[in-house]
Amino acid sequence: MSDATAPDLTWREWLLTDAPTSRRHARLANFYQGWLSLRANSMAMFGLGILVALLLVAMLAPFLSPYDPYVQSLGNRLQPIGAEGHLLGTDSLGRDILSRLIYGSRITLYIVALVALIAPVAGLLVGTVAGYVGGWTDTVLMRITDIFLAFPRLVLALAFVAALGAGIENAVLAISLTAWPPYARIARAETLTIRSADYISAIRLQGAGALRIITKHIWPLCISSLIVRVTLDMAGIILAAAGLGFLGLGAQPPSPEWGAMISEGRRFILDHWWVATVPGLAIFTVSLAFNLLGDGLRDVLDPKDGGE
Amino acid sequence: MIALSIRKLDVWFGSDRDRVDAVKDASFEVADGESFGLVGESGSGKSTILKAITGLAPTWSGEITVEGQPLQGGTRNRAFYKTVQMVFQDPYASLHPRHTVDQVLSETLYLHGLAGIDKRVEALLSDVGLGGRFRFRYPHQLSGGQRQRVAIARALAGEPDILLLDEPTSALDVSVQAEILNLLTDLRDEHNLTYLMVSHDLPVIGHMCDRLAVMKDGEIVEVMAADDLRNNTASHPYSQSLLKASAAG
Repeated sequence: MSDATAPDLTWREWLLTDAPTSRRHARLANFYQGWLSLRANSMAMFGLGILVALLLVAMLAPFLSPYDPYVQSLGNRLQPIGAEGHLLGTDSLGRDILSRLIYGSRITLYIVALVALIAPVAGLLVGTVAGYVGGWTDTVLMRITDIFLAFPRLVLALAFVAALGAGIENAVLAISLTAWPPYARIARAETLTIRSADYISAIRLQGAGALRIITKHIWPLCISSLIVRVTLDMAGIILAAAGLGFLGLGAQPPSPEWGAMISEGRRFILDHWWVATVPGLAIFTVSLAFNLLGDGLRDVLDPKDGGE
Repeated sequence: MIALSIRKLDVWFGSDRDRVDAVKDASFEVADGESFGLVGESGSGKSTILKAITGLAPTWSGEITVEGQPLQGGTRNRAFYKTVQMVFQDPYASLHPRHTVDQVLSETLYLHGLAGIDKRVEALLSDVGLGGRFRFRYPHQLSGGQRQRVAIARALAGEPDILLLDEPTSALDVSVQAEILNLLTDLRDEHNLTYLMVSHDLPVIGHMCDRLAVMKDGEIVEVMAADDLRNNTASHPYSQSLLKASAAG
């Protein structure tokens, strides 16, 4: 493709051009600039590396895990780290912890992906509509947001799970339900500054309706700060899911969810510390990775210091 | 024919104790094809008149008619947007930071329901003196003058009859100002446009306009021909002092 448009350009030059030649070219060039500045941030790349590794592990779980995560072997229970055949030891039912950790990454990613799809989108919708329409709509929507914000997060999730029954799906719903209000707040604040900008007045003068202005002109500017916030919140979401699992309200045994694994290992924590510690370290690593990536993304995406 | 007529226009912001009267009892008419200037210091209400016309300042009373059609409050219909367009003061603020030139113009053309968008975008860009190589750039890849050209192209996209110019050159470098003013003059000849131009820069108004109104504290103190401006024969004392200040500067 680069040969067709400009024969003497390398891919890199083609992507860094100041004069793009097509819509796709412009988008790619813009994306590449962002990627370059993200790549310059080594901590963010470290976080991204961990997350990519997590993704690969989750995808390749059946090939990577040495044992079936559900198979019990009571004669082999509570083996320490480095025991023969069990790199990270075994739990109270003799299941291989490494295998459970590998399969548990699927559950963690599943929870994270679902919450990341539901909560910011709901927040974006509520926040931008409230901010752009204003008046009564704004008041009603933001008071509802306030009510949700005022509930202690874990308690609301607990109540929700208690009402609907324990399980991963309900845990995801419960977490999303408590996670959207901050996004709505951010989106509304952004919208309030954007709505009075000249470029919004200009498109209104072309006869654009509220729906078009919100979706095509306000959303693209809100989304970057929401993405940053989501990655920073991911750690909290993983911990909340783990917390629900720990309390027995999230994933149910024998599911290898990391929080549930900690909960099971709690009984042996003094004599067999690794049973609870290893999944704890996994949660810690993934949360840290999301935080590092979020920090780097903020530098890249935040329009306020985009140097424009 | 009268393109734009304003009669006893009052515009205010806020209500009761916070009420600020930005424009008081303003009246003037702009003939078809004429270029009319509004001059005054900042805060004299000249831009507010444009906002009232476009519906961006919905609290006004009096009478505004565009090509014989009276306007109401802050709502404008599709026919209005096809007749009247506006070029904003600051080209750094009037283009969406995440939209390419192509997106800006295509969307505008789409909103006006015009066919053959691809061809028209190219025609618009060449109209304002920008080549096709600017088409897929983002605003941050353009200079101030180039941005203002894009903003002018956007205003022209719907083929309006009347163009409202809100200090279109005051945010630009002096060297670029002349280019943009010449471009506006050429476009007016080509498209038979009517201009209502706001500026605090008397030489610019003298160069661009046939007639002008001098505003002070929200009121129009004098309407005069541009020739009077050039010959220094203003009748109102405030206009005379403006002329003197401008000549001294």
